[in-house]
Amino acid sequence: MTSTAPIIDARGVWKRFGGLAVLKGVDLSVAERELVFVIGPSGSGKSTFLRCLNRLEEPDDGSIQVDGIELLSPKTDINAARRRIGMVFQSFNLYPHMTARQNVMLALRKVLGQNKDQAATVAARALDRVGLAERMDHYPAQLSGGQQQRVAIARAIALEPRVMLFDEPTSALDPELVGGVLNVMRELRQDGMTMVVVSHEMAFAKAAADRVVFMADGQKLEEGPPAQIFEAPQHERTRAFIRQIDRH
Amino acid sequence: MEDFLFAFLNWDIVTQAWPILWRGFAYTLALSAMTVPLGLAGGVALALLATSGPWWVRLLAAGWTDFFRAIPPLVLLVFLYAGLPFAGIDVGAWGAVALGFLLNTGSYYGEVLRAGIESVPRGQMEAARSTGLTRGQALAHVVLPQAVRNVLPDLVSNTLEVVKLTSIASVVALPELLFQARQAQNATYNATPIVAAAIAYFLLLWPLVRLVSRLENRAMAGR
Ligand SMILES: Nc1ncnc2c1ncn2[C@@H]1O[C@H](COP(=O)(O)OP(=O)(O)OP(=O)(O)O)[C@@H](O)[C@H]1O
Ligand SMILES: [Mg+2]
Repeated sequence: MTSTAPIIDARGVWKRFGGLAVLKGVDLSVAERELVFVIGPSGSGKSTFLRCLNRLEEPDDGSIQVDGIELLSPKTDINAARRRIGMVFQSFNLYPHMTARQNVMLALRKVLGQNKDQAATVAARALDRVGLAERMDHYPAQLSGGQQQRVAIARAIALEPRVMLFDEPTSALDPELVGGVLNVMRELRQDGMTMVVVSHEMAFAKAAADRVVFMADGQKLEEGPPAQIFEAPQHERTRAFIRQIDRH
Repeated sequence: MEDFLFAFLNWDIVTQAWPILWRGFAYTLALSAMTVPLGLAGGVALALLATSGPWWVRLLAAGWTDFFRAIPPLVLLVFLYAGLPFAGIDVGAWGAVALGFLLNTGSYYGEVLRAGIESVPRGQMEAARSTGLTRGQALAHVVLPQAVRNVLPDLVSNTLEVVKLTSIASVVALPELLFQARQAQNATYNATPIVAAAIAYFLLLWPLVRLVSRLENRAMAGR
């Protein structure tokens, strides 16, 4: 891998809700093709930070560059920027009034301006990639949670984003459905997708992550390769947290 | 019994009054075809302002909605028709009805649609925006279709009320069904035209009433 500029470069990101500072100057830089895992206790600001990376949440201070775009600049066309940043949510958020294929087609048509036939073809390919070619014409309510989350991944990757953000993609799933979603994520990684994943799937992190970031109280407390963070963390907070999730 | 039939269900009178009643019915249909879309358009606008504007716009939209739901529609209509000319503004009978229904009916539709929009989880908008859709596109393709579906029984039910309410246009001398029925009643000294008008309303609205029941049952079953 050549040492080019990072594809995500967030610096000093602050976010307050009312009087409460939820992010206190978070830095994160992610290289192309890197898979970064973000862990940390509930309420530490993981989701808020991830949502700042596509500006679903407006940071109060700091700078964020994604794929060379100054995300927080008023001149930036945020909708154009967001095509390059896919996001997958804990609760899937599929459009319930559309079939799996229509879910994927909407942005292809409205954002990329593809015609109906093009979009249908691209959507079919994306759904095939997540193993749902046979379920294309099903509505979300007719799919299992794991299948719904894979449709949500297809909806994001169909736009050919440069980075993918995952916010606890498996934590709303029954245990037996988690594997299918993780497999899709593993394949994405093998295809070279840059990914930031908030999740507590430790086994997956150990096997697939390049780097693990531990957040606490709105700050990045430490980061490093999975082996280091999981086996020999520097901070007592990290150690306590790892002990606690290992027990589950 | 004989007297009752003579006064209320007099076939001779029906045939006599038929052409004038029919014209009234056509007016009622035309009025409905104008007021329902107007009210819906006003309602969508109000609901969008009340759910996605800045705080002061929301407040304004909420106040507006409250105000025009509290004013009796008949009072509003008479004011627009007979009051505004004192300020040099003469909107005419059709104009007064259009404006009155836009304000009154728009507020009712707006309230229903606002509830519908609020029933759609926030994650829907966020998912749509995360793929690069504009707020307007997300509203049009993702939020509003679900909002409408969630409150469909209330929307149809409101539409039913709007069609009934077009009869107040008779007050500003628009010759809709009720107006014509009263004309016919006066001309024939017989109540049959009023009964005939009631039957016409029933035949027009009964399918909508059935539809509301079916939608409500479906909504209950879906729960
Ligand atoms: N829209 C909001 N308004 C007010 N407070 C918020 C909002 N979103 C998040 N918060 C608060 O910010 C803090 C961080 O929340 P966040 O969801 O980022 O944490 P998290 O690390 O993702 O936690 P979890 O593991 O439970 O998902 C919490 O205290 C939360 O209550
Ligand atoms: Mg979270």
